[in-house]
Amino acid sequence: MTNSIKEIPSSKVIFVIGSNATEAHPVIGSKIKQAVQNGCRLIVADPRRIELTGFAEVWMRLRPGTDITLINGLMHIILEKGWENKAFIEERTVGFENLRELLREYTPEHVGGVTGIPVEQLYQAAEIYATAESAQIFYTLGITEHTSGTDNVMSLANLAMLTGNVGKENSGVNPLRGQNNVQGACDMGALPNVYPGYQKVTDSKAQKKFEKAWGVSLSSNPGYMIPDMFQASLEGKLKAMYIMGEDPVLTDANANHVRKGLESLEFLVVQDLFLTETAKLADVVLPGASFAEKTGTFTNTERRVQMVNKAIDPIGKSKADWRIICDLAGRMGYDFIYKSTAEIMKEIASLTPQYCGITHDRLGTRGMQWPVLGEDHYGTQYLHKDRFVRGKGLFMPVEARIPDELPDKEYPFLLSTGRKLGHYNVTTRYSRALEVHSSEEYAELNPADAKRLKVQEGEKVKVSSRRGELQSKVRITDRVPPGMIFMTLHYKESPVNVLTNGVFDKVAGTYEYKVCAVQVTKL
Amino acid sequence: MQWIQLKIDDKKIRVPEKTTILEACRMNNILIPTLCHDPELTNWGACRLCVVEVEGMRNLVTSCTMEVQQGMVVRTSTPDIREARKTILELIVANHDIDCLTCEKMGECELSKYAYEYGVKKDVFQGAKREYELDDSNPFIIRDLNKCILCGKCVRACAEIQVNHVLDYSKRGFETQVGPAFHLPYGESDCVFCGSCLAVCPVGALTEKQMAGKGRPWEVKKIQTTCPFCGTGCNFDLNVRDNKVVGVTSNPGSPVNGRALCVKGRFGVEYIHSPNRLITPMIRKNGELVEAEWYEALELIAERFKTIKEQYGSDSLAALSSARCTNEENYLMQKFMRAVIGTNNVDHCART
Repeated sequence: MTNSIKEIPSSKVIFVIGSNATEAHPVIGSKIKQAVQNGCRLIVADPRRIELTGFAEVWMRLRPGTDITLINGLMHIILEKGWENKAFIEERTVGFENLRELLREYTPEHVGGVTGIPVEQLYQAAEIYATAESAQIFYTLGITEHTSGTDNVMSLANLAMLTGNVGKENSGVNPLRGQNNVQGACDMGALPNVYPGYQKVTDSKAQKKFEKAWGVSLSSNPGYMIPDMFQASLEGKLKAMYIMGEDPVLTDANANHVRKGLESLEFLVVQDLFLTETAKLADVVLPGASFAEKTGTFTNTERRVQMVNKAIDPIGKSKADWRIICDLAGRMGYDFIYKSTAEIMKEIASLTPQYCGITHDRLGTRGMQWPVLGEDHYGTQYLHKDRFVRGKGLFMPVEARIPDELPDKEYPFLLSTGRKLGHYNVTTRYSRALEVHSSEEYAELNPADAKRLKVQEGEKVKVSSRRGELQSKVRITDRVPPGMIFMTLHYKESPVNVLTNGVFDKVAGTYEYKVCAVQVTKL
Repeated sequence: MQWIQLKIDDKKIRVPEKTTILEACRMNNILIPTLCHDPELTNWGACRLCVVEVEGMRNLVTSCTMEVQQGMVVRTSTPDIREARKTILELIVANHDIDCLTCEKMGECELSKYAYEYGVKKDVFQGAKREYELDDSNPFIIRDLNKCILCGKCVRACAEIQVNHVLDYSKRGFETQVGPAFHLPYGESDCVFCGSCLAVCPVGALTEKQMAGKGRPWEVKKIQTTCPFCGTGCNFDLNVRDNKVVGVTSNPGSPVNGRALCVKGRFGVEYIHSPNRLITPMIRKNGELVEAEWYEALELIAERFKTIKEQYGSDSLAALSSARCTNEENYLMQKFMRAVIGTNNVDHCART
């Protein structure tokens, strides 16, 4: 997030796109509702009738995958009406003319036709967002889990810069990150192209810095992204994998392809809390420890680094994951000598500019928001004040693209996937109370479709795509528009990712979980 | 901002305008009992326990709803005030299920704390008692209306923190009760089980089902930590007894969320002690995963990784790190792949 969670309740205008916050980030969802209760004007763009649509002044029910068209269309109206922030564009950005050129063809009529949103709503939303004293954008995986995910994000950045809604309180572009420490894992360089702190592996200066710190020579070739790994394994280029705390067989798109990739490996190590579907394929399984059994830090979506404190000893013979990695490194001939995770954080701080002022002691019970620039710096509430990291903000005009696979005669339904309130990915099924509360999948199906297929609430259907099939009970609801079906990723009994399309955004490597074509038949 | 001068219990005090008498007292360590007041919620004035005397006013006033005024003279602990508070407590106790021995709230019950302080016995007022059935309709919260003191904190938490507006008062007089519309049990209402009501209830009317019988407050150690689920980064206290996590309670000092949590964070950490947890390393032998010692498993991995690296090169190995693990662990995983294996083939579920 460019901004902070505490700013939400006092926001003037909030634009939520592709984010079902009240289920996927419930406490942030409540804060958005608090904002509305305090007089904030809410705009929601979502194909589903999510809870927040009931709090919205304008709900734009766009067709899945038409986000860029919508955002370009809003910017077209803003320019037409002269609502852009000319001073901000002049002082803080470059490339505006290219954007203006691109936007010409995104007329409200064209945009309305593509997205399915009434033209008046487009005008209303553009006016509310662009003429506000300050306005915030919130987005989640509804924006990023598309083959055009990176472009979707860039068009939101264009919208924010066009109206000067970035770099001040209550005004920014805020991705709600999905997992407890996805921000931190990225910050720590658990990515194939960057070291900790987003220092590129192809940058020779960065390479030298880490070679010196770690006392070894390092590779300057960027590694495989997740989707490439399974492909490389099928092609025989990848021979061994070490998987910690992840269950790609259930959570990655086109699961049958993922499974085949893992099965082709010569050697697979899985370190996890449970014998996951992925662990069942492993040659060696190592028992890691849960968050309650170790000390360390997580970094949340607003860049706040916070303590995770050990409450109990590891269960059975399981061990904290950091200890396991240290043991293994030692046996491979490179000693990782750390007495505690506080010592590891010391090393992180010495190599990661954003974390340079962070120590476990300083984090205490309140945490700190990076960048923390030194031992006398207290962190950063919002980013891009006065200047962007790259200097001037660059408008990146992006053309609309359609999803890779859309419904057709053979597979007439559009399947979109996500989370629901009662579960978090695949771990919470081991928590009894949650399991009692939300024990199985209910695919959401529109009443008109249910009538046509002659299915009743709670009956089972077969859902199939070009890649696989599964069975699920249905919930008949107008939360989804006709022609669309929504399912979650939580249930291994109805593993939705056997259906999803394995294509991905070429820059970010994120799968298109939000759109694929399926067939639904009554059982 | 204007500053207001006033006198409380003969002590001269200066506070910002718009401060309530209660807040002014608390800023100056003057103790005032309250049952319905909560600094995070709007002031309600329902329990009347915070009454004080203000010179020039005919009756005692509720300090939680009255703002300070220039030159005000306030007394907080005269015999009249104490008598009034005691009577209020006696009236509440008269219609409260005195089930303290087995009540989950024992040791943290605000009513029992003040009853003790004001010497309230249970049988001063005799009369009818409510007899409601226990609401046991869901896996998370037990609701016992016979212990409800109608302070309305849960109503305000539902409306102001969660913004769900599921709870409200219904009926009148002796029959007044708090709950979802149409007197539905929680399980059948629109409740989303955030448990904010549970976190603010001062008595045993709302208690956590999973923690029932698992330990008294003084037997439980509370450890503040960060929730392991979504990216919001809520903090809460893990409640630990005998090296076992017995549940989660809100920690008002949590920087992101205060006392607010969701159904998963508050009620979903039981997986820690799931009988399905892996408790020993396992090695595949003759197609089956069988239990092994740590040294065996690690030796095997080190040897296989080394051989594969020598035979096919560093880039024939890859790792998936984890957005569920800590920063320190992610740092070590990428360092392991880069410095020990010699490849940049490390990624994690940021993309999935």
